[in-house]
Amino acid sequence: MAYRRIEREPDGRYRLQLPAGEREVLRNLAAQLRELLVTDDPSLARLFPPAYTDDEEADAEFGLLVRGELLDGKLAALRVVEATVDENLIDEAQLNAWLGALESLRLVLGTQLDVNEHTYALELDPSDPRTPAFALYGYLSWLQEQAVDALSAGLP
Amino acid sequence: MSQTIEAPAEVRLPEGGEQRRDDSPWIVIVWNDPINLMSYVTLVLRRLFGYSEAEATKLMLQVHNDGKAVVSSGTKEKAELDVARLHGHGLWATLRQD
Repeated sequence: MAYRRIEREPDGRYRLQLPAGEREVLRNLAAQLRELLVTDDPSLARLFPPAYTDDEEADAEFGLLVRGELLDGKLAALRVVEATVDENLIDEAQLNAWLGALESLRLVLGTQLDVNEHTYALELDPSDPRTPAFALYGYLSWLQEQAVDALSAGLP
Repeated sequence: MSQTIEAPAEVRLPEGGEQRRDDSPWIVIVWNDPINLMSYVTLVLRRLFGYSEAEATKLMLQVHNDGKAVVSSGTKEKAELDVARLHGHGLWATLRQD
């Protein structure tokens, strides 16, 4: 299928069939999110959700324990995308980093746009100033779906 | 609510009641959110907990339809670790004692 951007190869690697323009978009988004991640921007909330909803003290303690590692993992995934965005073949570990980076990008953009479960079905309104961001969110969702499909095909 | 005031019946915890509370398992709950793809949630549950595709799909649909699902349980330490792994994959997970 020609529209597939990510496909599993028989040798277990993954083929990236991305036009140059899309690679450029992904490179820029990954770099932007890396810079945003070290701030306390409210759109990052979904990347660091609470673990305890009924115990603030326990939640703060949990956050101290895991937030650094969580942040390191997300930064590392974005760096892998930046380092491999021009490749045509990547391995499974690299595609997992892509999957994680797409996840972080969608969580942040989705939070900024305050998306709901029906966002995919929305008609894009050319007069709405948020339309380009909604279109980008839709694109990232489509690409992440393909990464999920390709990786699911490799599961036993 | 009855207005009649009666002498309160003596409430006695069963023997070892406190102990049982301490020993009862911690559960890990995944909550529905509008951003995560259904296929992605299924993949994460399969990978992190070794669920079959059918089991993971069932849990994902429970999250989607009922708003939440219990995906694992055990000691507090295990539940915290599971929540941290789920957060590492972008899922909205919490833990509490059952």
